Amino acid sequence: MADLALRHDQGSGNYSAAQSQVLSRLKLGDILFQHLTRSCAILVLVLLSGIIISLLIGALPALRTFGFDFLITERWNPVTEKFGALAPIYGTLITSFVAMAIAIPLGLLIAIFLTELCPQSLRRPIGIAIELLAGIPSIIYGIWGLFFFAPFLQSTLQPFLIAVFGNVPLLSSLFAGPPYGIGLLTAGLILAIMVLPFITSISRDVFEAVPPMLKEAAYGLGCTTWEVCYSVVIPYTRVGIIGGVMLGLGRALGETMAVTFVIGNAHRIAASILAPGTTISATIANEFTEAVGDLYTSSLIALGLILFVITFIVLAIARYLLLRIERRIG
Amino acid sequence: MNRTIYGARSRRNTIAMGLSLAATLLGLGWLVLVLGALLWKGLNGFSLQIFTEMTPPPGSDGGLLNPIVGSLIMTSLAVIIGTPIGILAGTYMAEYGRHEKITTVIRFINDILLSAPSIVVGLFVYEILVRPVGHFSGLAGAVALAVLVLPVVVRATEDMLLLVPQPLREAAAAMGMPRVTMILNIAYRAARAGMMTGVLLAIARISGETAPLLFTALNNQFWSTDLMAPMPSLPAVIFQFALSPYHDWQKLAWTGALLITLAVLALSIFARLLTASRKES
Repeated sequence: MADLALRHDQGSGNYSAAQSQVLSRLKLGDILFQHLTRSCAILVLVLLSGIIISLLIGALPALRTFGFDFLITERWNPVTEKFGALAPIYGTLITSFVAMAIAIPLGLLIAIFLTELCPQSLRRPIGIAIELLAGIPSIIYGIWGLFFFAPFLQSTLQPFLIAVFGNVPLLSSLFAGPPYGIGLLTAGLILAIMVLPFITSISRDVFEAVPPMLKEAAYGLGCTTWEVCYSVVIPYTRVGIIGGVMLGLGRALGETMAVTFVIGNAHRIAASILAPGTTISATIANEFTEAVGDLYTSSLIALGLILFVITFIVLAIARYLLLRIERRIG
Repeated sequence: MNRTIYGARSRRNTIAMGLSLAATLLGLGWLVLVLGALLWKGLNGFSLQIFTEMTPPPGSDGGLLNPIVGSLIMTSLAVIIGTPIGILAGTYMAEYGRHEKITTVIRFINDILLSAPSIVVGLFVYEILVRPVGHFSGLAGAVALAVLVLPVVVRATEDMLLLVPQPLREAAAAMGMPRVTMILNIAYRAARAGMMTGVLLAIARISGETAPLLFTALNNQFWSTDLMAPMPSLPAVIFQFALSPYHDWQKLAWTGALLITLAVLALSIFARLLTASRKES
């Protein structure tokens, strides 16, 4: 066809050449743009591998010197250059545990309130207000925790806990010691406030996605609101809730500034949760710029690597669970 | 018999609902407490001086001019670096590679980067930009922040482009438009408000970030706009001043904290309004 047309009218030969030139330019532009976007997308993968590789390289001297002992040793002595990660790991786990133990029930209760009890017109404002808690930068929680929350706990909750559990076996060592104000419990409580919005907003979203039919059927059987929530809504949205909880946990594990202010930065494992401790992120934030010597720096980077691996696993599980929920809804 | 069971059930319901109301009030109360403390302490030291004078040595008066400028420089640079890459990556995921396996992988990894601990990002940038060069720099701080901007923008761009109706694309293709023209002129225009929201939220996120700056940009007591030298930033100054024993420094830290929070809250409210107005129209 094209050949025929060319022979038929020689004049259009130029035109057609120009046209194909334009077309090929457009095509080239398209291909270039496609490759550009593609390389940017792949950059995201490169970034993740870059983070892992650079941390590995940085941590290598420490891992080579201490080996597996790094993970199970408590001592942290910059003077003799003997480092172990057990105390920060312990602190990270305990503060996150305290945070989740408080934030999960609170978050679920708020989500129940927002979906079942709250008047329609108040739902959005209250939801936004709770989400604003997540928008406040973590350093603000830190400074607030240091100047307001810690003194408050020191004079109220902590003496109370010490007095109440002082004579109970087992629990007495958990709540032992002078009320410092700062410590593992304070850090855990502040973390609880910070992860609360994550758990609340995801729980609310999955609660709202429960088919009304299921809830109405339960109400039709004579269930109370609480029974509907406890026996229908929560079991139905289990996977999504766990996803939200894991997301919050990922945040709690890696949270730095808020914890650094109130943890006390003490490299030891105390039985009492009122005692000062440290977490992985707080240790890095406090000591990295002051670290002298390659082994010290390298040990801190090794801590970062451990933190990244832990949060990576937690977040991967969270995303996987949330993905499953999304597929079911969508 | 029945009556006691009914009574117990309804009592339990009342207690549970009361608890959920209490939990909500507790959450809201906490927000009020934090913001109230911030306003009370922050407004105390608020004056024009804050914007015109440098950070003082302990014991004398001063402002927060150099950290404010440092924060602005690093934040803008981070947005300039992170936004185009993020938008292009999101474009690939939503337009060219929508059904490809690699897109699923990238989305998964991106979501993990989205909530990865920011202090680890700081360590990463320290390893690639500070250690080889031998000194801390504002540029390294900006790159660390850009790494935090990227996943937010990627996520927003992809989500918004996926919402663009398919018939728009088909109409453009039927007119003989190459894909790149369609994306630039049709898809981006349709998804603009949402993408803007994503960028604003990214700015809100990084303007309060401290951890990745501590060992990339470090801090600087003096005026500095040199990208290759340590650069002051509001969060880093707050961190330093709040933990210091000096009263005036602590006061300045509170004022800085108030400034950051106001900026972040204004940004996130503005971002919300942007999407809300789009939904109505």
